[in-house]
Amino acid sequence: MATKKVTGSQAVILSLLEEGVDTIFGYPGGAIMPIYDALYDFDQQVTHILTRHEQGAVHAAEGYAKVTGRAGVCFATSGPGATNLITGIADAMIDSIPLVCITGQVASPLLGTDAFQESDVVGISMPITKWNYQITDADEIPEAIAKAFYIATTGRPGPVLLDIAKDAQFQELDFEYKKCTKIRSYIRDYQIDPFSVKAAADLIDAAKKPFLLFGQGVIIANAEAELKTFIEKTGIPAAWTLLGLSALPSDHPLNVGMLGMHGNYGPNVKTNEADLIIAVGMRFDDRVTGKVSAYAKNAKIIHLEIDPAEIGKIVKTDVAVLGNAKKSLAMLIDNVKENKHESWLQEFRECDKIEYKKVISKDIYPEKGGLTMGEAVRIASEKTNNEAILVTDVGQHQMVAARYFKFKHSKSIVTSGGLGTMGYGIPAAMGAQLGAKNRTVVAFVGDGGFQMTLQELGTIVQNKLPVKIVLLNNNFLGMVRQWQQLFFEKRYSFTELQNPDFIMITNGFGMAAHKVTKREELEAGIQKMLDHNGPYLLEVVVEKEDNVFPMVPSGASVSDVILEA
Amino acid sequence: MKQEFNITIFSENYIGLLNRITINFTRRKINIESLTVSASAIQGVSKFIIVVNETEDKVRKLVGQLDKIVDVLKAFYNTNEEIIYEEIALYKVPTDALYESDQIEKMVRKAGARIMEITREYTVIEKTGHKEETQALFEELNQFGVMQFVRSGRIAITRDPIERLSEFLKERDALLGSID
Ligand SMILES: Cc1ncc(C[n+]2csc(CCOP(=O)(O)OP(=O)(O)O)c2C)c(N)n1
Repeated sequence: MATKKVTGSQAVILSLLEEGVDTIFGYPGGAIMPIYDALYDFDQQVTHILTRHEQGAVHAAEGYAKVTGRAGVCFATSGPGATNLITGIADAMIDSIPLVCITGQVASPLLGTDAFQESDVVGISMPITKWNYQITDADEIPEAIAKAFYIATTGRPGPVLLDIAKDAQFQELDFEYKKCTKIRSYIRDYQIDPFSVKAAADLIDAAKKPFLLFGQGVIIANAEAELKTFIEKTGIPAAWTLLGLSALPSDHPLNVGMLGMHGNYGPNVKTNEADLIIAVGMRFDDRVTGKVSAYAKNAKIIHLEIDPAEIGKIVKTDVAVLGNAKKSLAMLIDNVKENKHESWLQEFRECDKIEYKKVISKDIYPEKGGLTMGEAVRIASEKTNNEAILVTDVGQHQMVAARYFKFKHSKSIVTSGGLGTMGYGIPAAMGAQLGAKNRTVVAFVGDGGFQMTLQELGTIVQNKLPVKIVLLNNNFLGMVRQWQQLFFEKRYSFTELQNPDFIMITNGFGMAAHKVTKREELEAGIQKMLDHNGPYLLEVVVEKEDNVFPMVPSGASVSDVILEA
Repeated sequence: MKQEFNITIFSENYIGLLNRITINFTRRKINIESLTVSASAIQGVSKFIIVVNETEDKVRKLVGQLDKIVDVLKAFYNTNEEIIYEEIALYKVPTDALYESDQIEKMVRKAGARIMEITREYTVIEKTGHKEETQALFEELNQFGVMQFVRSGRIAITRDPIERLSEFLKERDALLGSID
């Protein structure tokens, strides 16, 4: 490629185009103005979404990344702009989401002088980025951006941050772009060791009660087909972590449900009866394991994982298969014998019956009392033919949505797992809608979290993004209230909210909205929301003091999961 | 059980990398007992030697995280038995004390230390050795009033016949070449 003279700012945009970026989420300010000025000439090639807060931009970029599998890109200015990104970057780090964040920085001669809007964003973001770098010379821009995309999207993905000094944005350089294909200090994938595959296959063939747990690693590696083939060949029941949701269709006969604190009864209880755990692309988070010293004690553990630091981090592994799950599962498929585990699977189904009777039927088909979150989720899922993208905020509604929303397609869940970031839902939904323009995006949010980022309704309206928002209003910080009820003697310390008129607020942003309070109105209300051409908010006033069950109380073993208080 | 471990890190020589490394210790509340960084035998590659007093389980997990840092080439750890290590200490004592008796000179000889510089006011003594040894000499000399004292971080090499890094870089090249 011939070189041409451009400014650093133009080089930023040209480099992003070389990486195939079509959408940028951002917010301008002094130190990034040259880049915004360059962007002005590229409105045909790239869509820039002006959010109402930098936190909105970064969560939107996460939502976009989740549904596309590509890096989400966001821009912010120096100082407060950059620090407003921090929550989202931390969220992306713990949930392995590829992001490329570009922040403006004061001009390089001013670095370290406490200049106006100077903050050490490279220092601040170091613990929460996979990699970050400060650019003070325009010549570095193409290579740094190429490296940023390579690092963000390969291996175990994660956020990267590039901090570009304002003088470098003005400087000229000879622009030439080369994609990054390797970094000597960085391994993005491993050659799968055939001996460990063989050892794993032997354990799998010999197991009487094998149980497969899958996480987001399956989705990141595009290994959904391999996962399905593997469990079908071996007859092994499979359960998912919150972030692994949608990798296996909900109605698959071997899909036995969700793991963890508010997961299904069977998967939690049976973890401690299994004689073999096959963990694929998951990291044994404490919300999944409960008390580790009482976790899966009867089982040998096989761990298929791309990040060597995850192996043996929480639980002792018997066989580790290091590498990309798509490849390791494919090799395992070739090495295992065909098998069936009918009676073992039946044990899960028995648990389902108990859970259905004690919990699920009351949640999703209640006959009396106030509206439940569960019925709203069930109806929305049914009416979208189980084909929508589900976005959630954080709290009770998140757990209920994960439990009762059904899926046919992978990459259909956008939720904050590791960090549990309230305020994530609304901006992530708009990012998801931009990443999947032809799909229905349904976002469930609580009345607490909604008020953390509701200003993004303005962004949704300005960009005509047809997201469907279901606000499940219980007038409480519900999840915290549930813990106060169960573990703090109902001392409801600062969890009740005096809420505004959400319909008026939403209408004020120019968005259609409707409120339902009665069971008879719910279905029609959801239908109307889905039929509406454009963004829509449906407020569902639900029972104030409902709890989410089953529950593994924190510190308890997974087999001590409780079905009622 | 806690014991002394020596963490060796080979990395690119980039700005900020020390910070990226040490935050992994801070986050896990692991104290750094000593730290040395300098150019390694391979051009452009820095070598860190960090001494901690921790359980092996914690050290193993910590090293896993360090090894994962994008700009780190390789991180590993050893017990004291697996390596040859030294520290260097400098002591400044009043020259008067040296002339008044031959005790200091005897201490220096016995400890295998050497005198680097003598001025009218002070004398600088240098000793290499393990911490207990340099510390013992400090206690002895301090009878005469040590005016200044400094001890370096630890430097260490493994008992392997070759530098692990060169071997490792070859393997890494092969690996990077083999992954599509
Ligand atoms: C930014 C942030 N602050 C605090 C919390 C702690 N927290 C977890 S769930 C929750 C309550 C959420 O309430 P709401 O949004 O109304 O949803 P609900 O639980 O009622 O469905 C809180 C405060 C959090 N996860 N994130």
